[in-house]
Amino acid sequence: MNRLSTLTNGLVKENPVLVSLLGICPVLAVSTQAANAIGMGLATTFVLLGANIAVALLRNVIPDKVRIPCYIVLVAGFVTLAQMVTEAYAYPLYLSLGIFLPLITTNCIILFRAEIFAKKNTVADSAIDALGMGAGFTLAMLAMASIREILGSGTWFGIPLPVLADDNISIFTMAPGGFVIFGILIAIVNKVSKGKAIKKKEFGCAGCPSAANCQKGGAA
Amino acid sequence: MDFKAMIIIMMSAALVNNYVLSQFLGICPFLGVSKETKSATGMSVAVIFVMLLATAVTWPIQVFLLDRYSLGFLQIIVFILIIASLVQFVEIATKKYIPALYNSLGVFLPLITTNCAVLAAVILNIKENYTFMQSMVNALGAGLGFLLAMVIFSGIREYTENTDPPESFKGIPLTMMSAAILSLSFFGFAGVIENMFG
Repeated sequence: MNRLSTLTNGLVKENPVLVSLLGICPVLAVSTQAANAIGMGLATTFVLLGANIAVALLRNVIPDKVRIPCYIVLVAGFVTLAQMVTEAYAYPLYLSLGIFLPLITTNCIILFRAEIFAKKNTVADSAIDALGMGAGFTLAMLAMASIREILGSGTWFGIPLPVLADDNISIFTMAPGGFVIFGILIAIVNKVSKGKAIKKKEFGCAGCPSAANCQKGGAA
Repeated sequence: MDFKAMIIIMMSAALVNNYVLSQFLGICPFLGVSKETKSATGMSVAVIFVMLLATAVTWPIQVFLLDRYSLGFLQIIVFILIIASLVQFVEIATKKYIPALYNSLGVFLPLITTNCAVLAAVILNIKENYTFMQSMVNALGAGLGFLLAMVIFSGIREYTENTDPPESFKGIPLTMMSAAILSLSFFGFAGVIENMFG
């Protein structure tokens, strides 16, 4: 696979949010304002990049049996870094992301990419993969947040829009609005890709990085 | 111990600020394991169990270790390691000593390590400056709220599985719509605490 296709893979064909349906919690929760969505996207991209590079560097060192705990510790380290930087230099963003900043640790996208890609590829390829996936995540977040902010508060990036600012539908900034908009976005992706995008993988264990352990531990 | 404050914390975590339906924590198991009421219940009980255990372990560690030696910046790493090892430990222990419990919960335990609701519960307990008892009550309330949402939603899904929506709305989009309506109905709990205890 050449590097350009590695990069664009995460943007469209394997978009982590809209096609693979990974890391939905922050997408639903932080997408009330476009600015927050960008902040969350950048923080996640940073962690993804760090984790992918670290895993690719250490791929011959980490014993296979304990790789998942090792990945989790690496990810948690980068999340701590991201949290400290945000707290120091972007305090309003730190406040509005709240609990979802430390929760990047449990975002499935990161473990999933480490397990699927970084484990078996070079450092440079893994970094490119992380950038593509991060960009895909950020774009999906931005799309979600733009719809919710425009309809729900009548603003975009905090700038009031004509007409819409007077009659906003505030339900879209609340929890039910998040579910509705996400459902509609997935339906659009289904329609555009003629069902190919989601059909190949029923939501559930298949997309989960701990699926292998899970099957091993429980099937008996 | 202030009994009323405990009730307020519990009601708030379980109903008003329901982890799944108003805070979007633990959406993955909510969508993935809610097809049947039986597995939804099993998953939720496992979550309650791990949440209580994790709170009982992380609270003392935060207060007596991290805070005392100003190591607060290690919080995320320490907590996720505790949760991961706790889950492993519980799995091994129940397998050996309580096989009946293992058979009903075992399948769900490994999934909980990457469940953000558990990590969120233990971090929020510290953020809110809860005492030990308050933290335990909050964890129990959050877990019960998770159970409630899972069980109701699995009931809804058993119906929606048999419906015939437009082609592109099949699967996840339809599930999302049902989740939206359920989360809307949880808005009804918004004023409960003010009106009961205010």
